[in-house]
Amino acid sequence: MITKEEVEHVGWLARIEIDAKQSDAYAVKLNSVLDYFGQLDEVDTENVPPTYHVADIVNVFRKDVVQESMPQEDVLANTENKQEGNFKAPRIM
Amino acid sequence: MAAWTDISGIIQKIADSSAEEVTAAYIETIGKSRINGFTTVWDEAINVAREIDAKGHAGPLAGVPIAIKENISTKGLSTTCSSKILQGYVPPYDAHVIERLKEAGAVILGKTNMDEFAMGTSTESSCYGPTFNPWDMDRVPGGSSGGSAAVVAAGEAPVSLGSDTGGSVRCPAAFCGVVGLKPTYGCISRYGLISYANSLEQIGPLATNVADIATIMDVVAGYDHRDSTSINRENTYSDALKDDVKGMKIGVPDEYFGEGIDKDVEKSVWDAIGKFEDMGATYEKVSMPHTKYALASYYIIAMSEASSNLARFDGTRYGLRTEGENWHVMASKTRAEGFGTEVKRRILLGTYALSAGYHDKYYLKALKVRTLVKQDFDKALANVDVLMAPTMPTPAFKIGEKIEDPLSLYLADVNTVPVNLAGVPSISVPCGFAGDMPVGLQIIGKHFDENTIIKAAYSFEQNTDHNSRRPPEVA
Repeated sequence: MITKEEVEHVGWLARIEIDAKQSDAYAVKLNSVLDYFGQLDEVDTENVPPTYHVADIVNVFRKDVVQESMPQEDVLANTENKQEGNFKAPRIM
Repeated sequence: MAAWTDISGIIQKIADSSAEEVTAAYIETIGKSRINGFTTVWDEAINVAREIDAKGHAGPLAGVPIAIKENISTKGLSTTCSSKILQGYVPPYDAHVIERLKEAGAVILGKTNMDEFAMGTSTESSCYGPTFNPWDMDRVPGGSSGGSAAVVAAGEAPVSLGSDTGGSVRCPAAFCGVVGLKPTYGCISRYGLISYANSLEQIGPLATNVADIATIMDVVAGYDHRDSTSINRENTYSDALKDDVKGMKIGVPDEYFGEGIDKDVEKSVWDAIGKFEDMGATYEKVSMPHTKYALASYYIIAMSEASSNLARFDGTRYGLRTEGENWHVMASKTRAEGFGTEVKRRILLGTYALSAGYHDKYYLKALKVRTLVKQDFDKALANVDVLMAPTMPTPAFKIGEKIEDPLSLYLADVNTVPVNLAGVPSISVPCGFAGDMPVGLQIIGKHFDENTIIKAAYSFEQNTDHNSRRPPEVA
């Protein structure tokens, strides 16, 4: 069972503001899904390795050669929050 | 524009008139649409068509119009994943598939509606409002590529691209009575596809017929070094367009005809398998015992990957920004305002499933179950050439019927998500009707054996007339 306090905490971890009014409703819906997920407990997975992806690939390398990159103005074109070629964001601390 | 013209018919029309006239006719049709399938019509489309006319129609798709899902990046053309958080975002680059289509001479008509960030089975969670099913305006078109399927069914575009993370091409193809292919994982570059669950998803084509699916695959599939999971493997998909299933061995998994299956859907699929027998194929029942656990495994993995992939939408570089006293508050407020309810639910559940204390219980467990589901496919496909089952257990449901109950929506994906866990290819082709709504037959193949499922689907189409009926919303 996920509590409304846990919903607010997970919201903070995920950087999604959830106020006390909403957290009850989220808890109800999330619990019905988590209940359903609980059925995996029935499956015997002793000695079964996890599958992270299905492509038959381990590591992918390329030659360490400098390639052309996207023009800076194109990268910055989708925001008004920029200064001297950088993205401008509020202070972190 | 006559509705449901195939690519060869369009190329003939272009030869008789011009790419400009053909594109203009589609734009006029879209202008009269009632289904809300397109989010944006590209204002450059006519100019592109005119240039193709001037250059003398070079390329296998010269002048052929195509519709593109809202989550595939198109340079200079708004790409928002049907989300408020990406309003105003215009990609500075083309996805690999768009580069390929442009080189082949295709004309991008515009962008199509989808469930927000591809998280849904009904195209109801879009910030642009729902898309309506051309067969019945009270019903959903399926999702998440609902716009891409509905515009093809309604004759507003001959072909389109969608993306399939857990059924998002096949489900709307089935609900809208068109053909849709989910290729093998690694077949088409994901460069420029805005990620939802990157270990599961592939871009896939939708069309009114199987030959057009092969034609689009010949253009968009292939190796791209910018997607590290892209596989270097040559194939000509149109080589598979042969009417020949003699001796083909079909496996029919019992588990795909489970609780809640609609009787008419079940009958249409068994009739289709009977037709394959008449055509010279044989079938046997197979068992895939971990199928019932695939849905939970899929959703845990998809949500976990989503919680990481969607972290980039934080108000810093593009899209919505809601100011706050520091970066964390700005990001939290931006994401609270910009994401819809279902997207927030999935990010929260994914974050929870990955968090300390729950990682092994949910995420790691789901990855182990994924191994068992994949082994089911390996075993079943060792003895047969293809698997056949209903794409969706029911025909398209009513708008509003399931959207308030997320679990009921997730359950609709029971027959499509196992394919994504295993990474195998699958095609949905029309195989009949449940009442007045289309039913899709799902044909699943071995890794990189698209040509066998394309051949099966093509042969079925040549020997039946299921796609001769047209939806009432065809203009």
